[in-house]
Amino acid sequence: MATTTLRALRARACAAASFAALVGVATAADYVQVPAGTLASVIASDPASGPVPIDAFAMRTTPVTKGEFRRFVEASPEWQRGRIAGTFADAGYLHDWRSAIVVGDPQAEDQPVVNVSWFAAEAYCEGEDGRLPTWVEWEYVAAADATRRDARADPAWRARILGWYSTSARAVLPAVGGDADVYGVRDVHGVVWEWVDDFNALLVDGDSRSGNDPDQLKFCGAGAINLQDRENYAVLMRIALLSSLNASDSTTSLGFRCVRPLAKEVK
Amino acid sequence: MTCVLRSVLSAAAVVAVTLMSPPAKAAVRPADKNVASPRAGNDTAAPQGAPVRAVLTTPPNVPPATGRKAPARVIVELEVVEKDMQISEGVSYTFWTFGGTVPGSFIRVRQGDTVEFHLKNHPSSKMPHNIDLHGVTGPGGGAASSFTAPGHESQFTFKALNEGIYVYHCATAPVGMHVANGMYGLILVEPPEGLSKVDHEYYVMQGDFYTTGKYREKGLQPFDMEKAIDERPTYVLFNGAEGALTGDKAIKAKTGETVRLFVGNGGPNLVSSFHVIGAIFDKVRYEGGTSVQRNVQTTLIPAGGAVAVEFKATVPGSYVLVDHSIFRAFNKGALAILKVDGAEDKSIFSGKELDAVYLGDRSQPNLNAVTAATKAAASGTLTQEDQVLAGRELFAGTCSVCHQLSGAGLPGVFPPVAKSDYLAADPKRAIGVLLHGLTGKVTVNGTEYNSVMPPMNQLNDDEIANILTYLLNSMGNPGGRILTEDVKKVRAGPKPATTAATH
Repeated sequence: MATTTLRALRARACAAASFAALVGVATAADYVQVPAGTLASVIASDPASGPVPIDAFAMRTTPVTKGEFRRFVEASPEWQRGRIAGTFADAGYLHDWRSAIVVGDPQAEDQPVVNVSWFAAEAYCEGEDGRLPTWVEWEYVAAADATRRDARADPAWRARILGWYSTSARAVLPAVGGDADVYGVRDVHGVVWEWVDDFNALLVDGDSRSGNDPDQLKFCGAGAINLQDRENYAVLMRIALLSSLNASDSTTSLGFRCVRPLAKEVK
Repeated sequence: MTCVLRSVLSAAAVVAVTLMSPPAKAAVRPADKNVASPRAGNDTAAPQGAPVRAVLTTPPNVPPATGRKAPARVIVELEVVEKDMQISEGVSYTFWTFGGTVPGSFIRVRQGDTVEFHLKNHPSSKMPHNIDLHGVTGPGGGAASSFTAPGHESQFTFKALNEGIYVYHCATAPVGMHVANGMYGLILVEPPEGLSKVDHEYYVMQGDFYTTGKYREKGLQPFDMEKAIDERPTYVLFNGAEGALTGDKAIKAKTGETVRLFVGNGGPNLVSSFHVIGAIFDKVRYEGGTSVQRNVQTTLIPAGGAVAVEFKATVPGSYVLVDHSIFRAFNKGALAILKVDGAEDKSIFSGKELDAVYLGDRSQPNLNAVTAATKAAASGTLTQEDQVLAGRELFAGTCSVCHQLSGAGLPGVFPPVAKSDYLAADPKRAIGVLLHGLTGKVTVNGTEYNSVMPPMNQLNDDEIANILTYLLNSMGNPGGRILTEDVKKVRAGPKPATTAATH
């Protein structure tokens, strides 16, 4: 996708979001601080450079819920199903809702919102004075379990991810608010996929088998997924999902959460 | 008028194509009778007529022949569905499927067809998927062009340049996991003149599966990456489940009918030694290629490969399809049944003509006592004690196979010779039993037995006398002695009309 086009679209999305912020979207969401650190990402974009440094940021403790997103589209009707510009969302956008502004079952209000496009997710986060996390920020948090910041070497950590992969997406989504990890962040694994800001720069070829011969022209920053650890596949599958998407796409198991730069969050 | 015009046009088209064909390709026409179907040379022709929607079938069914005489534009719509299905009795598994089945829907096109392929990923899917068709000439076999997020659809078009039977599979990372979860199937590209007519065509595909639980461990079993990497499958299956092709679901034919099996191997790891127990493949298009091998017992199917095998059903019965890497068949599930009904032809296969116990020569070792008894008999000094010792060795070698060393027999099958009221009632009768065998109902110690004891006519008179003397003086029997002369008399006498006797 031409980067310029994406940027232009995003600018429009931001403008809309700013408007949303003006009219007052509920911003009761809980953010917690994630301290700075380094991450040995599964994406070895430049193996020579070693672990990726991560600046401190604040992350939403839970994915955005359907109730929260309903209040957002009530305040910003241009993001409602049926009104949203075709460029910003596909036909599946919020299709599981009873109407453009009614989720349906009251219990569903606490479920993570799904069937949202990247544009809508980004706009929502702007309304919370935030943005979508980058992949490495998300992966940095996802590496944690209840007691450790990097639990990836523990088979139990991996088993939890894989357990979710092997259940059908037809199951009813749980309400947000699962067990907190070491940062206080919840529901990173086992509920929904989550959009990230730079999903379209993730380096999975549509074919994924090109080894060290990725299509250099296809991806900015080209490179290949390097399976240094054969157990990385659990995370790799999330990257594969994200890389299959366009910014206007939505799926029944894909939601999002937002992050904020720490300077704005903590005085 | 229109018809004439059309035929003139198509004739012109054929001529043009022939002229455009590379000369080398046209020249390679080996007059080899083993070549199933030479290329007709029209595989670069433009599709003719209105687009055709491909008929897709679920295994073990195969779509009917296309019956087309010219290349067409064929639309294939294949849907990816992730769903829980039974992999074995009481064991479920989350399969990822092309068309809702493992293997995926069978696709049938004709060489030269232009195939417009639509891959739909059901909204309920968690994963993105794509498809690599081995029948496609192009990068990734279509994989990159068909990478599809859940709830989306991709489209790409290819020309089926080469005829053959080809595997298709998902090629999304991690590829092995997508394949191990059942994402494979077959696409048949018919030669322009079609395949020879047979009475039945069936679709069978082998795959290996890796679950965290053991073979047949109940419940929903997750995929086990460790086992997959180590190539230690929990299941090796035909058509994605134990029992997918047995019992009521067995594939069927009648005697005299010809059967063509399209057999693929999805892998992800194992190579199949495909065999049908009791049948010989008249023809095998090995590796799915054009050459035909005849009179094949077992054919190798590589992972990501396929064959077409043909044979004539001649003798009725159940034919077992196996991976002849045989532990996979009997311990991991790689079994399927072809049931052939019809009249028997005894000239080809008689069925069982004899059902008898074969004892071999278990009495070779430890014959010292027997040798001693034989010497004693020759010198006229044979005692009852000599007979008992020799009889014990002979009983252990010959009789214990059925009657057991303890003489207790096997309940319901072989009657006891220990504390036997049958023996006690008439010890001399036992001589006839050994000489002539005993078939049919017999009641021993109040229990009725109905089986077959073959004649023990490999035993000489001394040996029979020794065995019976041993029996009479052991195992709680009443005692007594049988002499060689007693045996001689019975042997010389008439064979009983029926060997069955009741007590």
